[in-house]
Amino acid sequence: MGKKKKEVDDRFKKFGTVSFTSITKVNDFIDYLEKGKVMASKCKDCGLVFFPPRADCYQCLTSNMEWIEVSGTGKLVSYSKLEFAPVGFGDDLPYAIALLDYGDYKVFGRIADGVPEEEIAVGMDMKTVANELPNGQLNYVFQKA
Amino acid sequence: MGKVGIIGVGQSAFVRGYPGSIRELAFDGFKECMQDAAITTKDIDASIICSAPEYDKQRSAAGVFAEYLGLVPQPTFYLESLCSSSSMGLRTAYSLVKSGLHDVVAVIGFQKMSEISSAESQERMGRGADIQWESPFGTMMPAYYAMYARAHMAAYGTTPDDLALIRVKAATYGQINEKAVYRKGVTFEMFSDPESPMSNPVASPLRVGDCCANADGSSCVIVANEEKAKAFCKKPVWILGLGAASTAVNLPGRDLFTGLTVAQQAGEQAYRMAGVTAKDIDVAEVHDCFTIAEMMAYENLGFAKPGEGKELIKSKETYKEGSIPVNVDGGLLSKGHPIGATGGSQIRTIVLQLRGEAGEMQVKDPEIGLVHNIGGVGLYGNVSILGR
Ligand SMILES: [Zn+2]
Repeated sequence: MGKKKKEVDDRFKKFGTVSFTSITKVNDFIDYLEKGKVMASKCKDCGLVFFPPRADCYQCLTSNMEWIEVSGTGKLVSYSKLEFAPVGFGDDLPYAIALLDYGDYKVFGRIADGVPEEEIAVGMDMKTVANELPNGQLNYVFQKA
Repeated sequence: MGKVGIIGVGQSAFVRGYPGSIRELAFDGFKECMQDAAITTKDIDASIICSAPEYDKQRSAAGVFAEYLGLVPQPTFYLESLCSSSSMGLRTAYSLVKSGLHDVVAVIGFQKMSEISSAESQERMGRGADIQWESPFGTMMPAYYAMYARAHMAAYGTTPDDLALIRVKAATYGQINEKAVYRKGVTFEMFSDPESPMSNPVASPLRVGDCCANADGSSCVIVANEEKAKAFCKKPVWILGLGAASTAVNLPGRDLFTGLTVAQQAGEQAYRMAGVTAKDIDVAEVHDCFTIAEMMAYENLGFAKPGEGKELIKSKETYKEGSIPVNVDGGLLSKGHPIGATGGSQIRTIVLQLRGEAGEMQVKDPEIGLVHNIGGVGLYGNVSILGR
Protein backbone atom coordinates (compact mmCIF):
# COMPACT_ATOMS: atom_id res chain seq x y z
CA MET A 1 0.00 0.00 0.00
CA GLY A 2 1.14 3.46 -0.81
CA LYS A 3 3.99 2.01 -2.81
CA LYS A 4 4.74 3.86 -6.00
CA LYS A 5 3.64 1.76 -8.98
CA LYS A 6 6.51 0.76 -11.21
CA GLU A 7 6.20 2.47 -14.59
CA VAL A 8 5.66 0.03 -17.44
CA ASP A 9 7.07 0.90 -20.84
CA ASP A 10 4.20 -0.28 -23.02
CA ARG A 11 4.70 2.05 -25.97
CA PHE A 12 4.32 -0.78 -28.47
CA LYS A 13 0.59 -1.01 -27.82
CA LYS A 14 0.32 1.95 -30.22
CA PHE A 15 1.47 -0.15 -33.20
CA GLY A 16 -1.15 -0.95 -35.82
CA THR A 17 -4.94 -0.90 -35.86
CA VAL A 18 -4.91 -3.45 -33.03
CA SER A 19 -1.64 -4.22 -31.25
CA PHE A 20 -1.16 -7.63 -29.66
CA THR A 21 2.14 -6.69 -28.00
CA SER A 22 2.80 -3.89 -25.55
CA ILE A 23 6.18 -4.61 -24.00
CA THR A 24 9.24 -5.16 -26.17
CA LYS A 25 12.89 -4.12 -26.12
CA VAL A 26 12.42 -2.37 -29.46
CA ASN A 27 9.81 0.09 -28.14
CA ASP A 28 11.83 2.99 -29.57
CA PHE A 29 10.41 1.95 -32.96
CA ILE A 30 7.22 3.73 -31.84
CA ASP A 31 9.06 6.96 -30.96
CA TYR A 32 10.62 6.98 -34.42
CA LEU A 33 7.20 6.34 -36.01
CA GLU A 34 5.85 9.36 -34.11
CA LYS A 35 8.63 11.40 -35.69
CA GLY A 36 7.65 10.07 -39.12
CA LYS A 37 10.47 7.57 -39.44
CA VAL A 38 10.31 3.83 -40.09
CA MET A 39 13.36 2.09 -38.69
CA ALA A 40 15.17 -1.22 -39.08
CA SER A 41 17.84 -2.49 -36.70
CA LYS A 42 21.46 -3.30 -37.53
CA CYS A 43 23.87 -5.44 -35.54
CA LYS A 44 26.94 -3.36 -34.69
CA ASP A 45 29.05 -6.52 -34.40
CA CYS A 46 28.32 -8.30 -37.70
CA GLY A 47 26.43 -5.68 -39.71
CA LEU A 48 23.30 -7.79 -40.32
CA VAL A 49 20.25 -5.62 -40.95
CA PHE A 50 16.95 -6.78 -39.49
CA PHE A 51 13.42 -5.92 -40.49
CA PRO A 52 11.30 -6.27 -38.51
CA PRO A 53 13.73 -4.73 -36.04
CA ARG A 54 14.99 -6.88 -33.20
CA ALA A 55 16.88 -6.48 -29.94
CA ASP A 56 19.19 -9.45 -30.35
CA CYS A 57 21.51 -10.91 -33.02
CA TYR A 58 21.33 -14.70 -33.31
CA GLN A 59 24.56 -14.74 -35.29
CA CYS A 60 26.70 -12.94 -32.70
CA LEU A 61 24.60 -13.74 -29.63
CA THR A 62 24.90 -10.07 -28.73
CA SER A 63 22.39 -7.27 -28.27
CA ASN A 64 24.50 -4.52 -29.72
CA MET A 65 21.99 -2.96 -32.11
CA GLU A 66 21.66 0.41 -33.77
CA TRP A 67 18.67 1.89 -35.56
CA ILE A 68 18.84 2.60 -39.29
CA GLU A 69 16.14 4.28 -41.31
CA VAL A 70 14.14 2.40 -43.96
CA SER A 71 14.80 4.78 -46.84
CA GLY A 72 14.72 4.87 -50.61
CA THR A 73 12.42 2.54 -52.50
CA GLY A 74 11.65 -1.15 -52.47
CA LYS A 75 10.13 -3.37 -55.13
CA LEU A 76 6.63 -4.73 -54.56
CA VAL A 77 7.03 -8.50 -54.10
CA SER A 78 3.32 -9.23 -53.72
CA TYR A 79 0.09 -7.95 -52.22
CA SER A 80 -3.49 -8.97 -51.48
CA LYS A 81 -6.61 -6.88 -51.04
CA LEU A 82 -8.78 -8.19 -48.21
CA GLU A 83 -12.58 -8.29 -48.36
CA PHE A 84 -12.87 -9.83 -44.88
CA ALA A 85 -10.95 -8.90 -41.77
CA PRO A 86 -10.19 -10.30 -38.33
CA VAL A 87 -12.06 -8.88 -35.31
CA GLY A 88 -11.04 -5.25 -34.72
CA PHE A 89 -10.02 -4.54 -38.31
CA GLY A 90 -13.45 -4.42 -39.98
CA ASP A 91 -13.58 -0.61 -40.12
CA ASP A 92 -10.37 -0.59 -42.18
CA LEU A 93 -11.84 -2.70 -45.03
CA PRO A 94 -11.01 -2.95 -47.81
CA TYR A 95 -7.25 -2.76 -47.36
CA ALA A 96 -4.24 -4.39 -48.97
CA ILE A 97 -1.31 -6.06 -47.23
CA ALA A 98 1.97 -6.16 -49.11
CA LEU A 99 5.69 -6.90 -49.04
CA LEU A 100 8.49 -4.63 -50.32
CA ASP A 101 12.00 -5.85 -51.12
CA TYR A 102 14.73 -3.31 -50.32
CA GLY A 103 17.58 -5.66 -51.27
CA ASP A 104 19.25 -5.96 -47.85
CA TYR A 105 15.92 -6.49 -46.13
CA LYS A 106 12.19 -6.66 -46.79
CA VAL A 107 9.31 -4.77 -45.19
CA PHE A 108 5.81 -6.13 -44.60
CA GLY A 109 2.95 -3.65 -44.27
CA ARG A 110 -0.09 -2.13 -45.90
CA ILE A 111 -0.50 -0.28 -49.17
CA ALA A 112 -1.67 3.31 -48.60
CA ASP A 113 -5.45 3.68 -48.93
CA GLY A 114 -5.17 6.27 -51.70
CA VAL A 115 -3.33 4.01 -54.17
CA PRO A 116 -5.87 2.75 -56.76
CA GLU A 117 -5.72 -1.03 -57.22
CA GLU A 118 -5.34 -0.75 -61.01
CA GLU A 119 -2.08 1.12 -60.45
CA ILE A 120 -0.61 -1.62 -58.25
CA ALA A 121 1.67 -4.11 -59.98
CA VAL A 122 4.16 -6.67 -58.71
CA GLY A 123 7.67 -5.32 -59.29
CA MET A 124 6.76 -1.63 -59.02
CA ASP A 125 8.83 0.74 -56.87
CA MET A 126 7.24 1.89 -53.63
CA LYS A 127 8.34 3.72 -50.51
CA THR A 128 7.53 3.14 -46.85
CA VAL A 129 5.90 6.04 -45.02
CA ALA A 130 4.91 6.43 -41.34
CA ASN A 131 1.17 6.76 -40.92
CA GLU A 132 -1.34 7.72 -38.23
CA LEU A 133 -4.56 5.69 -38.22
CA PRO A 134 -8.02 7.24 -37.66
CA ASN A 135 -8.15 5.66 -34.17
CA GLY A 136 -4.91 7.42 -33.17
CA GLN A 137 -2.76 4.28 -33.53
CA LEU A 138 0.43 4.33 -35.63
CA ASN A 139 1.61 2.12 -38.47
CA TYR A 140 3.36 2.60 -41.81
CA VAL A 141 2.12 2.28 -45.36
CA PHE A 142 3.53 1.86 -48.85
CA GLN A 143 3.11 4.63 -51.41
CA LYS A 144 4.02 4.81 -55.08
CA ALA A 145 7.63 5.98 -55.37
CA MET B 1 17.13 -51.67 -36.37
CA GLY B 2 14.11 -52.77 -38.39
CA LYS B 3 11.45 -50.94 -40.31
CA VAL B 4 8.61 -48.92 -38.80
CA GLY B 5 5.11 -49.64 -40.04
CA ILE B 6 1.61 -48.23 -39.84
CA ILE B 7 -0.77 -50.93 -38.62
CA GLY B 8 -3.98 -48.96 -38.22
CA VAL B 9 -5.65 -45.80 -39.50
CA GLY B 10 -8.94 -44.10 -38.71
CA GLN B 11 -10.75 -40.83 -38.75
CA SER B 12 -14.07 -39.36 -37.72
CA ALA B 13 -16.37 -37.84 -40.29
CA PHE B 14 -15.28 -34.23 -40.81
CA VAL B 15 -18.30 -32.11 -39.93
CA ARG B 16 -19.46 -28.61 -39.07
CA GLY B 17 -20.44 -28.32 -35.41
CA TYR B 18 -19.63 -31.76 -33.96
CA PRO B 19 -22.42 -32.65 -31.48
CA GLY B 20 -20.14 -33.77 -28.65
CA SER B 21 -17.11 -32.86 -26.55
CA ILE B 22 -13.50 -33.04 -27.72
CA ARG B 23 -12.83 -36.36 -25.96
CA GLU B 24 -15.87 -37.84 -27.70
CA LEU B 25 -14.67 -36.46 -31.02
CA ALA B 26 -11.25 -38.05 -30.47
CA PHE B 27 -12.97 -41.36 -29.66
CA ASP B 28 -14.55 -41.49 -33.14
CA GLY B 29 -11.23 -41.50 -34.99
CA PHE B 30 -9.57 -43.72 -32.39
CA LYS B 31 -12.36 -46.32 -32.57
CA GLU B 32 -12.11 -46.67 -36.35
CA CYS B 33 -8.33 -46.97 -36.07
CA MET B 34 -8.45 -49.60 -33.31
CA GLN B 35 -10.99 -51.65 -35.24
CA ASP B 36 -8.76 -51.35 -38.30
CA ALA B 37 -5.65 -52.43 -36.35
CA ALA B 38 -7.57 -55.10 -34.42
CA ILE B 39 -5.44 -54.63 -31.29
CA THR B 40 -6.32 -53.71 -27.70
CA THR B 41 -5.37 -50.59 -25.78
CA LYS B 42 -2.91 -52.75 -23.77
CA ASP B 43 -0.92 -53.19 -26.98
CA ILE B 44 -0.28 -49.44 -27.23
CA ASP B 45 2.79 -48.21 -25.34
CA ALA B 46 2.32 -44.45 -25.65
CA SER B 47 0.04 -41.85 -27.23
CA ILE B 48 0.77 -38.52 -28.86
CA ILE B 49 -2.12 -36.03 -28.97
CA CYS B 50 -1.81 -33.56 -31.86
CA SER B 51 -3.76 -30.32 -32.14
CA ALA B 52 -3.60 -26.54 -32.22
CA PRO B 53 -4.39 -25.66 -28.60
CA GLU B 54 -5.82 -22.21 -29.25
CA TYR B 55 -9.10 -23.87 -30.24
CA ASP B 56 -9.41 -25.86 -26.99
CA LYS B 57 -10.96 -24.80 -23.73
CA GLN B 58 -9.44 -27.87 -22.07
CA ARG B 59 -5.90 -27.24 -20.94
CA SER B 60 -3.49 -30.08 -21.79
CA ALA B 61 -5.96 -32.37 -23.52
CA ALA B 62 -3.48 -35.29 -23.70
CA GLY B 63 -4.21 -36.60 -20.20
CA VAL B 64 -7.96 -36.25 -20.66
CA PHE B 65 -7.90 -38.16 -23.94
CA ALA B 66 -5.56 -40.90 -22.71
CA GLU B 67 -7.95 -41.67 -19.85
CA TYR B 68 -11.05 -41.51 -22.06
CA LEU B 69 -9.48 -43.81 -24.68
CA GLY B 70 -8.16 -46.32 -22.15
CA LEU B 71 -4.52 -45.41 -22.76
CA VAL B 72 -3.49 -44.84 -19.13
CA PRO B 73 -1.11 -45.47 -17.40
CA GLN B 74 1.00 -45.34 -20.57
CA PRO B 75 2.83 -42.06 -21.26
CA THR B 76 0.99 -39.43 -23.28
CA PHE B 77 1.87 -35.91 -24.39
CA TYR B 78 0.65 -33.05 -26.51
CA LEU B 79 2.31 -32.01 -29.78
CA GLU B 80 1.68 -28.88 -31.82
CA SER B 81 2.92 -27.61 -35.16
CA LEU B 82 -0.29 -25.91 -36.32
CA CYS B 83 -1.92 -27.65 -39.29
CA SER B 84 0.90 -30.21 -39.60
CA SER B 85 0.65 -31.37 -35.98
CA SER B 86 -0.27 -34.98 -36.70
CA SER B 87 2.42 -35.40 -39.39
CA MET B 88 4.89 -34.14 -36.81
CA GLY B 89 3.22 -36.70 -34.52
CA LEU B 90 4.01 -39.45 -37.04
CA ARG B 91 7.63 -38.28 -37.17
CA THR B 92 7.85 -38.34 -33.38
CA ALA B 93 6.18 -41.76 -33.15
CA TYR B 94 8.66 -43.08 -35.73
CA SER B 95 11.59 -41.95 -33.61
CA LEU B 96 10.08 -43.37 -30.39
CA VAL B 97 9.65 -46.74 -32.09
CA LYS B 98 12.90 -46.69 -34.07
CA SER B 99 14.85 -45.92 -30.91
CA GLY B 100 13.41 -49.01 -29.24
CA LEU B 101 11.86 -46.97 -26.45
CA HIS B 102 8.36 -48.11 -27.46
CA ASP B 103 6.99 -50.88 -29.69
CA VAL B 104 3.60 -49.39 -30.59
CA VAL B 105 2.57 -45.70 -30.51
CA ALA B 106 -0.81 -44.08 -31.28
CA VAL B 107 -0.84 -40.67 -33.00
CA ILE B 108 -4.18 -39.00 -32.31
CA GLY B 109 -5.05 -35.75 -34.07
CA PHE B 110 -8.12 -33.67 -33.45
CA GLN B 111 -9.64 -30.23 -33.73
CA LYS B 112 -13.03 -29.02 -32.69
CA MET B 113 -12.96 -25.64 -34.39
CA SER B 114 -16.53 -25.03 -33.25
CA GLU B 115 -15.42 -25.37 -29.60
CA ILE B 116 -15.08 -21.59 -29.56
CA SER B 117 -17.47 -18.99 -30.97
CA SER B 118 -16.94 -17.68 -34.48
CA ALA B 119 -16.02 -14.26 -33.02
CA GLU B 120 -13.33 -15.92 -30.88
CA SER B 121 -12.21 -17.87 -33.92
CA GLN B 122 -11.99 -14.66 -35.97
CA GLU B 123 -9.92 -13.09 -33.23
CA ARG B 124 -7.54 -16.07 -33.18
CA MET B 125 -7.32 -15.91 -36.96
CA GLY B 126 -5.87 -12.43 -36.61
CA ARG B 127 -3.16 -13.82 -34.37
CA GLY B 128 -2.18 -16.61 -36.76
CA ALA B 129 0.92 -14.75 -37.91
CA ASP B 130 3.74 -12.76 -36.28
CA ILE B 131 1.60 -11.02 -33.66
CA GLN B 132 4.18 -8.32 -32.93
CA TRP B 133 4.88 -7.13 -36.47
CA GLU B 134 2.27 -8.43 -38.91
CA SER B 135 -1.04 -9.10 -37.14
CA PRO B 136 -1.42 -5.36 -36.27
CA PHE B 137 -1.91 -4.78 -40.04
CA GLY B 138 -5.00 -7.02 -40.04
CA THR B 139 -3.57 -10.18 -41.61
CA MET B 140 -5.40 -13.46 -42.25
CA MET B 141 -4.35 -16.88 -43.53
CA PRO B 142 -6.17 -16.47 -46.88
CA ALA B 143 -4.46 -13.12 -47.48
CA TYR B 144 -0.99 -14.59 -46.94
CA TYR B 145 -1.64 -17.47 -49.32
CA ALA B 146 -3.17 -14.90 -51.69
CA MET B 147 0.18 -13.09 -51.69
CA TYR B 148 1.85 -16.34 -52.76
CA ALA B 149 -0.82 -16.74 -55.44
CA ARG B 150 -0.21 -13.20 -56.71
CA ALA B 151 3.56 -13.75 -56.83
CA HIS B 152 3.07 -17.09 -58.65
CA MET B 153 0.78 -15.40 -61.18
CA ALA B 154 3.26 -12.56 -61.73
CA ALA B 155 6.20 -14.93 -62.19
CA TYR B 156 4.58 -17.71 -64.23
CA GLY B 157 1.35 -16.40 -65.74
CA THR B 158 -0.78 -18.68 -63.58
CA THR B 159 -4.40 -17.50 -63.58
CA PRO B 160 -7.35 -17.60 -61.15
CA ASP B 161 -8.96 -19.99 -63.68
CA ASP B 162 -6.04 -22.43 -63.25
CA LEU B 163 -6.61 -22.37 -59.50
CA ALA B 164 -10.35 -22.93 -59.94
CA LEU B 165 -9.57 -26.21 -61.73
CA ILE B 166 -7.94 -27.49 -58.54
CA ARG B 167 -11.14 -26.83 -56.57
CA VAL B 168 -13.22 -28.55 -59.24
CA LYS B 169 -11.00 -31.64 -58.88
CA ALA B 170 -11.24 -31.59 -55.07
CA ALA B 171 -15.03 -31.40 -55.22
CA THR B 172 -15.11 -34.30 -57.68
CA TYR B 173 -13.73 -36.55 -54.95
CA GLY B 174 -15.35 -34.80 -51.98
CA GLN B 175 -18.64 -35.98 -53.42
CA ILE B 176 -17.63 -39.63 -53.14
CA ASN B 177 -15.88 -39.39 -49.75
CA GLU B 178 -18.43 -40.09 -47.03
CA LYS B 179 -16.09 -38.49 -44.45
CA ALA B 180 -15.97 -35.14 -46.26
CA VAL B 181 -17.64 -32.02 -44.86
CA TYR B 182 -18.35 -30.59 -48.33
CA ARG B 183 -20.14 -33.21 -50.41
CA LYS B 184 -21.37 -30.99 -53.25
CA GLY B 185 -19.91 -30.60 -56.70
CA VAL B 186 -18.14 -27.41 -57.79
CA THR B 187 -18.08 -26.41 -61.45
CA PHE B 188 -15.59 -24.18 -63.21
CA GLU B 189 -18.48 -21.88 -64.22
CA MET B 190 -19.36 -21.16 -60.56
CA PHE B 191 -16.14 -19.15 -60.22
CA SER B 192 -17.39 -16.60 -62.76
CA ASP B 193 -21.05 -16.68 -61.67
CA PRO B 194 -21.79 -13.72 -59.35
CA GLU B 195 -24.76 -15.70 -58.01
CA SER B 196 -22.45 -18.48 -56.77
CA PRO B 197 -20.72 -18.00 -53.40
CA MET B 198 -17.64 -19.68 -54.96
CA SER B 199 -16.98 -16.49 -56.94
CA ASN B 200 -16.99 -14.12 -53.96
CA PRO B 201 -13.63 -12.44 -53.35
CA VAL B 202 -11.94 -13.22 -50.01
CA ALA B 203 -8.44 -11.81 -50.41
CA SER B 204 -7.45 -11.02 -53.98
CA PRO B 205 -6.77 -13.03 -56.09
CA LEU B 206 -8.35 -15.81 -53.96
CA ARG B 207 -12.11 -16.39 -53.94
CA VAL B 208 -14.36 -18.40 -51.62
CA GLY B 209 -13.95 -21.42 -53.91
CA ASP B 210 -10.17 -21.28 -53.43
CA CYS B 211 -10.43 -21.74 -49.65
CA CYS B 212 -10.75 -24.94 -47.64
CA ALA B 213 -13.68 -25.76 -45.39
CA ASN B 214 -13.29 -25.45 -41.61
CA ALA B 215 -14.43 -28.60 -39.85
CA ASP B 216 -14.43 -30.55 -36.61
CA GLY B 217 -12.72 -33.89 -36.84
CA SER B 218 -10.29 -36.43 -35.42
CA SER B 219 -7.83 -38.92 -36.83
CA CYS B 220 -5.66 -41.72 -35.53
CA VAL B 221 -2.61 -43.56 -36.85
CA ILE B 222 -0.96 -46.48 -35.05
CA VAL B 223 2.74 -47.02 -35.63
CA ALA B 224 4.66 -50.19 -34.70
CA ASN B 225 8.12 -51.69 -34.99
CA GLU B 226 8.70 -54.31 -37.70
CA GLU B 227 8.19 -57.32 -35.48
CA LYS B 228 4.92 -56.09 -33.98
CA ALA B 229 3.70 -54.73 -37.30
CA LYS B 230 4.12 -58.13 -38.94
CA ALA B 231 2.54 -59.91 -35.98
CA PHE B 232 -0.49 -57.60 -35.75
CA CYS B 233 -1.13 -56.68 -39.34
CA LYS B 234 -1.63 -58.51 -42.64
CA LYS B 235 -0.87 -55.43 -44.75
CA PRO B 236 1.44 -53.10 -42.84
CA VAL B 237 2.37 -49.92 -44.67
CA TRP B 238 5.99 -48.97 -44.07
CA ILE B 239 7.33 -45.51 -43.34
CA LEU B 240 10.01 -45.17 -46.02
CA GLY B 241 11.00 -41.52 -45.73
CA LEU B 242 10.35 -38.54 -43.47
CA GLY B 243 11.25 -34.89 -43.97
CA ALA B 244 10.56 -31.79 -41.92
CA ALA B 245 11.57 -28.12 -42.09
CA SER B 246 10.72 -24.66 -40.78
CA THR B 247 11.20 -21.06 -41.88
CA ALA B 248 10.67 -17.48 -40.68
CA VAL B 249 7.12 -16.82 -39.52
CA ASN B 250 7.21 -13.29 -40.93
CA LEU B 251 7.40 -12.72 -44.68
CA PRO B 252 10.45 -10.37 -44.61
CA GLY B 253 12.46 -13.34 -43.30
CA ARG B 254 11.74 -15.33 -46.47
CA ASP B 255 13.14 -15.26 -50.01
CA LEU B 256 10.73 -17.44 -52.00
CA PHE B 257 7.14 -16.35 -52.68
CA THR B 258 6.22 -18.63 -55.57
CA GLY B 259 6.60 -21.77 -53.48
CA LEU B 260 7.22 -23.01 -49.95
CA THR B 261 10.83 -23.68 -48.96
CA VAL B 262 9.68 -25.96 -46.14
CA ALA B 263 7.94 -28.22 -48.67
CA GLN B 264 10.99 -28.29 -50.95
CA GLN B 265 13.31 -29.13 -48.06
CA ALA B 266 11.04 -31.66 -46.36
CA GLY B 267 10.40 -33.27 -49.75
CA GLU B 268 14.10 -33.58 -50.56
CA GLN B 269 14.81 -35.12 -47.16
CA ALA B 270 11.97 -37.62 -47.48
CA TYR B 271 12.92 -38.63 -51.05
CA ARG B 272 16.55 -39.11 -50.00
CA MET B 273 15.66 -41.19 -46.95
CA ALA B 274 13.26 -43.35 -48.97
CA GLY B 275 15.67 -43.64 -51.90
CA VAL B 276 13.00 -42.61 -54.38
CA THR B 277 12.23 -39.62 -56.61
CA ALA B 278 9.06 -37.74 -57.48
CA LYS B 279 8.58 -40.07 -60.46
CA ASP B 280 8.20 -43.04 -58.12
CA ILE B 281 5.19 -41.58 -56.29
CA ASP B 282 1.97 -43.33 -57.32
CA VAL B 283 -0.50 -41.34 -55.21
CA ALA B 284 -0.17 -38.19 -53.09
CA GLU B 285 -1.99 -36.19 -50.46
CA VAL B 286 -0.95 -32.54 -50.43
CA HIS B 287 -1.89 -29.72 -48.09
CA ASP B 288 -4.48 -27.83 -50.20
CA CYS B 289 -5.68 -25.38 -47.54
CA PHE B 290 -6.02 -23.08 -50.56
CA THR B 291 -5.94 -23.95 -54.25
CA ILE B 292 -2.63 -22.12 -54.67
CA ALA B 293 -1.14 -24.34 -51.95
CA GLU B 294 -1.81 -27.45 -54.07
CA MET B 295 -0.38 -25.73 -57.16
CA MET B 296 2.82 -24.89 -55.26
CA ALA B 297 2.96 -28.43 -53.82
CA TYR B 298 3.06 -29.89 -57.38
CA GLU B 299 6.14 -27.80 -58.04
CA ASN B 300 7.82 -28.00 -54.62
CA LEU B 301 7.58 -31.81 -54.61
CA GLY B 302 8.87 -32.16 -58.17
CA PHE B 303 5.63 -33.40 -59.77
CA ALA B 304 5.99 -30.39 -62.08
CA LYS B 305 8.78 -27.91 -62.81
CA PRO B 306 8.44 -24.46 -61.18
CA GLY B 307 5.68 -22.58 -63.01
CA GLU B 308 4.35 -25.68 -64.72
CA GLY B 309 1.94 -26.81 -62.03
CA LYS B 310 -0.91 -25.35 -64.05
CA GLU B 311 -0.22 -27.76 -66.92
CA LEU B 312 -0.61 -30.69 -64.54
CA ILE B 313 -4.11 -29.69 -63.49
CA LYS B 314 -5.16 -28.53 -66.98
CA SER B 315 -4.25 -31.95 -68.39
CA LYS B 316 -5.97 -33.67 -65.43
CA GLU B 317 -2.77 -35.57 -64.58
CA THR B 318 -3.59 -35.17 -60.87
CA TYR B 319 -6.99 -36.83 -61.25
CA LYS B 320 -7.44 -40.45 -60.17
CA GLU B 321 -6.66 -41.77 -63.66
CA GLY B 322 -3.72 -39.39 -64.23
CA SER B 323 0.02 -39.94 -63.93
CA ILE B 324 0.19 -38.53 -60.39
CA PRO B 325 -3.17 -38.62 -58.58
CA VAL B 326 -3.34 -35.92 -55.88
CA ASN B 327 -5.97 -35.50 -53.16
CA VAL B 328 -8.40 -38.00 -54.60
CA ASP B 329 -10.23 -37.94 -51.25
CA GLY B 330 -11.39 -34.33 -51.72
CA GLY B 331 -8.38 -32.76 -50.01
CA LEU B 332 -8.65 -30.07 -47.38
CA LEU B 333 -10.73 -28.07 -49.85
CA SER B 334 -13.71 -30.46 -49.79
CA LYS B 335 -12.92 -33.08 -47.14
CA GLY B 336 -12.33 -30.26 -44.66
CA HIS B 337 -9.44 -29.07 -42.50
CA PRO B 338 -9.74 -29.78 -38.75
CA ILE B 339 -6.20 -28.53 -38.11
CA GLY B 340 -4.72 -31.13 -35.75
CA ALA B 341 -6.58 -34.02 -37.42
CA THR B 342 -5.61 -33.17 -40.99
CA GLY B 343 -2.23 -34.90 -41.25
CA GLY B 344 -3.59 -38.12 -39.76
CA SER B 345 -6.45 -38.06 -42.24
CA GLN B 346 -4.00 -37.59 -45.14
CA ILE B 347 -1.92 -40.52 -43.85
CA ARG B 348 -5.11 -42.61 -43.57
CA THR B 349 -5.97 -41.90 -47.19
CA ILE B 350 -2.53 -42.98 -48.41
CA VAL B 351 -2.50 -46.11 -46.24
CA LEU B 352 -5.92 -47.15 -47.57
CA GLN B 353 -4.73 -46.47 -51.12
CA LEU B 354 -1.59 -48.60 -50.66
CA ARG B 355 -3.66 -51.43 -49.19
CA GLY B 356 -6.11 -51.22 -52.10
CA GLU B 357 -8.95 -50.36 -49.72
CA ALA B 358 -9.87 -46.85 -50.91
CA GLY B 359 -13.14 -47.91 -52.54
CA GLU B 360 -14.45 -45.56 -55.19
CA MET B 361 -11.41 -43.33 -54.70
CA GLN B 362 -8.91 -46.15 -55.31
CA VAL B 363 -6.15 -45.39 -57.81
CA LYS B 364 -4.72 -48.29 -59.80
CA ASP B 365 -2.32 -50.46 -57.81
CA PRO B 366 -0.14 -47.84 -56.06
CA GLU B 367 3.07 -48.97 -54.37
CA ILE B 368 4.46 -45.73 -53.01
CA GLY B 369 2.47 -42.79 -51.63
CA LEU B 370 3.38 -39.35 -50.31
CA VAL B 371 1.87 -37.04 -47.67
CA HIS B 372 2.66 -33.29 -47.77
CA ASN B 373 1.38 -31.48 -44.70
CA ILE B 374 2.08 -27.79 -44.04
CA GLY B 375 1.70 -25.84 -40.77
CA GLY B 376 0.76 -22.16 -40.92
CA VAL B 377 1.59 -20.21 -44.06
CA GLY B 378 4.51 -22.42 -45.04
CA LEU B 379 5.95 -22.06 -41.54
CA TYR B 380 6.31 -25.79 -40.89
CA GLY B 381 6.51 -28.50 -43.54
CA ASN B 382 6.33 -32.27 -43.21
CA VAL B 383 6.63 -34.79 -46.04
CA SER B 384 6.15 -38.50 -45.36
CA ILE B 385 6.68 -41.26 -47.91
CA LEU B 386 4.91 -44.56 -47.32
CA GLY B 387 5.17 -47.89 -49.14
CA ARG B 388 3.73 -51.38 -49.16
ZN1 LIG C 1 25.45 -9.81 -35.26
